[in-house]
Amino acid sequence: MKTKGLDKKPRDIWSLMKIIIFVVILLSIVWPLSTIVFRSVTNKFGEFTFENFGKFFSHQYYFNVLENTMFVAGWTTVISVVLGVWIAYVLSRYDFKCKRILNMLIILSLMSPPFIGAYSWILLFGRSGWVTTAAYNWFGWTLPTIYGKWGIVSVFICKMFPYVYLFTSSALGSIDSSLEEAAENLGASKWRRMLSVTFPVVSPSILAGAVLVFMSAVSDFGTPMLIGENYKVLATLVYEQYMSEIGTSSNFASAVSMIVIALCAILLLAQKWYLNRKNYNMTCMRPPAPVKLSWGKRIVMLLPVLLVVLIALLPQIVVVVTSFKNCNGPYFVEGWSLNSYQMIFTRMVRAIKNTYSFSLIAIVFMVVIGSITAYITVRKRSFTTGVIDILLMIPYVIPGAVMGLALIIAFNRAPFYWAGTAIIMILCYTIRKIPYTVRSASGFLQQMELSVEEASINLGVSPGKTFFKITLPLMLPGVVSGAILSWIETINELSSSIMLYTGKTITMSVAIYNEVARNSFGTAAAMASILTLSAVIMLIVFNKVSKGRVSIV
Amino acid sequence: MSHTVSIREVIKKFGDFTAVDKISIEINQGEFFTLLGPSGCGKTTLLRAIAGFNKMDGGEIAFSGSVINNVPAHKRDIGMVFQNYAIFPHMTVKENIAYGLKAKKVPRPEIERRTEEALEMVQIAPLKDRKPSELSGGQQQRVALARAFVIEPRVLLMDEPLSNLDAKLRVQMRTTIKKLQRTLGITTIYVTHDQEEALAVSDRIAVMKDGHIMQVGSPEEVYRRPANRFVAGFIGTSNFIDCEAKTEGSETTLRISSDYGVKVKTKRPIDGPAVIAGRPEQLFFSDGEGIPGEITISTFLGDFVEYEILTESGQTLQLNEYTKDVGSVRPDGQKVHLRFDPKAISLIDPKTEEVISDFGG
Repeated sequence: MKTKGLDKKPRDIWSLMKIIIFVVILLSIVWPLSTIVFRSVTNKFGEFTFENFGKFFSHQYYFNVLENTMFVAGWTTVISVVLGVWIAYVLSRYDFKCKRILNMLIILSLMSPPFIGAYSWILLFGRSGWVTTAAYNWFGWTLPTIYGKWGIVSVFICKMFPYVYLFTSSALGSIDSSLEEAAENLGASKWRRMLSVTFPVVSPSILAGAVLVFMSAVSDFGTPMLIGENYKVLATLVYEQYMSEIGTSSNFASAVSMIVIALCAILLLAQKWYLNRKNYNMTCMRPPAPVKLSWGKRIVMLLPVLLVVLIALLPQIVVVVTSFKNCNGPYFVEGWSLNSYQMIFTRMVRAIKNTYSFSLIAIVFMVVIGSITAYITVRKRSFTTGVIDILLMIPYVIPGAVMGLALIIAFNRAPFYWAGTAIIMILCYTIRKIPYTVRSASGFLQQMELSVEEASINLGVSPGKTFFKITLPLMLPGVVSGAILSWIETINELSSSIMLYTGKTITMSVAIYNEVARNSFGTAAAMASILTLSAVIMLIVFNKVSKGRVSIV
Repeated sequence: MSHTVSIREVIKKFGDFTAVDKISIEINQGEFFTLLGPSGCGKTTLLRAIAGFNKMDGGEIAFSGSVINNVPAHKRDIGMVFQNYAIFPHMTVKENIAYGLKAKKVPRPEIERRTEEALEMVQIAPLKDRKPSELSGGQQQRVALARAFVIEPRVLLMDEPLSNLDAKLRVQMRTTIKKLQRTLGITTIYVTHDQEEALAVSDRIAVMKDGHIMQVGSPEEVYRRPANRFVAGFIGTSNFIDCEAKTEGSETTLRISSDYGVKVKTKRPIDGPAVIAGRPEQLFFSDGEGIPGEITISTFLGDFVEYEILTESGQTLQLNEYTKDVGSVRPDGQKVHLRFDPKAISLIDPKTEEVISDFGG
């Protein structure tokens, strides 16, 4: 054909970006994880063997750990689904004035540092906790112990039911009211409507929330470490094995990591399988209007919700309050002051500085790489971008302890001697938290008609300039909102930090963990309060920027 | 000065699917040319190839004789109005319209003047400082229009520009568009699936189906003298009536029923079954001879009455009668005979689906 060759695809800047990002991902995600795979099937001399897995499955101790993990994650998921769906239904279907504040508070309990819950519950219900002591002194009651599996489950629920809540309420808000009206019109009662139409239709969202809860429960490290005492789960096992294997080659820790990864992978595949079977595409013209209730009914409906939200927020309140209390070593004493704050600003400045500088540097990377990735995966879709999209989500679903371990193994040898440096921390934060930025930015891009960019090109502005004049300004609220979520998650990150930190690169979340571990509650509370305050401020900014167009989860 | 547009054997494939199959069209300078067809016929694909958003798999496109295949979209000097308007949401109305002029580095005072002029022409001057989110659909449409023609493009492309408007506004806007095009004299290529809209605005229409052109002609030509069965059915309403055709000498006799036959002229001889395409307004009630049938339903529509008639051979036909021409509406169930003017109908050869009537010219 005579025109062949004329319409050859030009090598534009985006093809180059695709290659660069692909290489970065290969280096920072695929390679570290492949080292874990390799380590898990070799011994310390580098010989191929399955003995690591054999050890795991032949010792009752390790098998119990797997069982414990499933127990804790399972119960957490079941109860979180019940609470989350119920609260989402009540808040989205009935008209309450305080809805927005409640929504904000629920998000806040999600955004708390991961182990704050455990720590506060120990303060309240622990062996010498205030409630425990008060109940014994005043009523002579001995409360059930908070340590162990049920303690872990209750802390997890408080922190994780918001996932289910957020997914479910956004789905409930996007059901067209005609659907339920049709069911009503066909003679279905209110309960029947709810069970046979509403919930089945939002079930994929509920499932997505449940999967996220389960995976978070499997990955969380701080809570079982603090409140579990002798109750071990997989995440703590990876950490302990790694710590006890320091100097050796961490083969067994790698094998345990592989088991955790397999668990997450099975879950994600199951979810995908379910979603493929139940994919409801709906065009929502008119979401159902919230029903106004009488005062009596309103209180009956709202009171239990308020109670749950309050319990979920209790840790944050306890932390802030105790941060102003006077301390004498591990004991809180009479009187209030800023002593704890004074202490952290003199003795732990490094942790504070590190937290904010690492997270800000990481955010710069996340914003740059995230915007480009969002653009190429949405607008320049190809096989490569599909792979990039999947690879980028891996660090998000893999537990922090595992990712931390992978990075240490990968970057503690030629040509990268990064172990113990700020570089490895920043790298870890970037790859682990970037999905928030990418998803938010690409969400904005998807809502933006391609023809808007074409209109600009058509009016004589080159594609490159169009990106800066049209695409970027329109995508910016999405990028900023996503970056804020990434940032809040970064400053709270414990599970990977604790694998990677050294004295020089300690961060606030690790410092809090250390302080709690040595019963220095006052300073821990002061630092946690600073983190919480940072999160609150940024969440307010987030609400202003995103205008409800970016989902938290 | 406006361009002529030559489309030569253009091919566009999406995987195995050929969206545009070797299409060739010559569009004259200053012409209002419409690509008309059902969805999926390739009309938008062809338009986007002209705009430079779709790479072609074969053929070439030339503006005033020079091939533009390798000219990138932003250097083609084309104005385009998109189906969803594609207004820049972060700019005001005025900024939207001035955008293309700024890109062309037009001096500031001139940008000011031309923008104001454009605002006046589409009658949205009072809205110039609003954001697009504060505009109605019709107003956004006017912004999109002004933004496209203010750069004085040499070709103007419009992709279903009226499909998102309500019926009344659509009729209003198509007059606006037609007047504007006449005033500016820009060669315009317009895409629509609405045959009535195409008839209303176009100088010439290309009727498309499955990536091919079925017919190119003026609105009157494609309506009165459809080239084939598809065009006859797609443009306006047609009754398709089975008959037996036999050519003897220069005349062809069409036998429709035992007692009704007419004589027509055809381009080539035919012997055997054929199909007559006749418009509802070209059928008449007759007193004696004609196709026998019964009125199944009559619909009074003000200026005319629409009758649905079931013929004895089992076909359903539509007949329109102007109210001013007759006294009263015929009752349902009435036995009637139908006739048509043999000069006004098109005869279709069922083997090729082509119209073989000789319209003499």
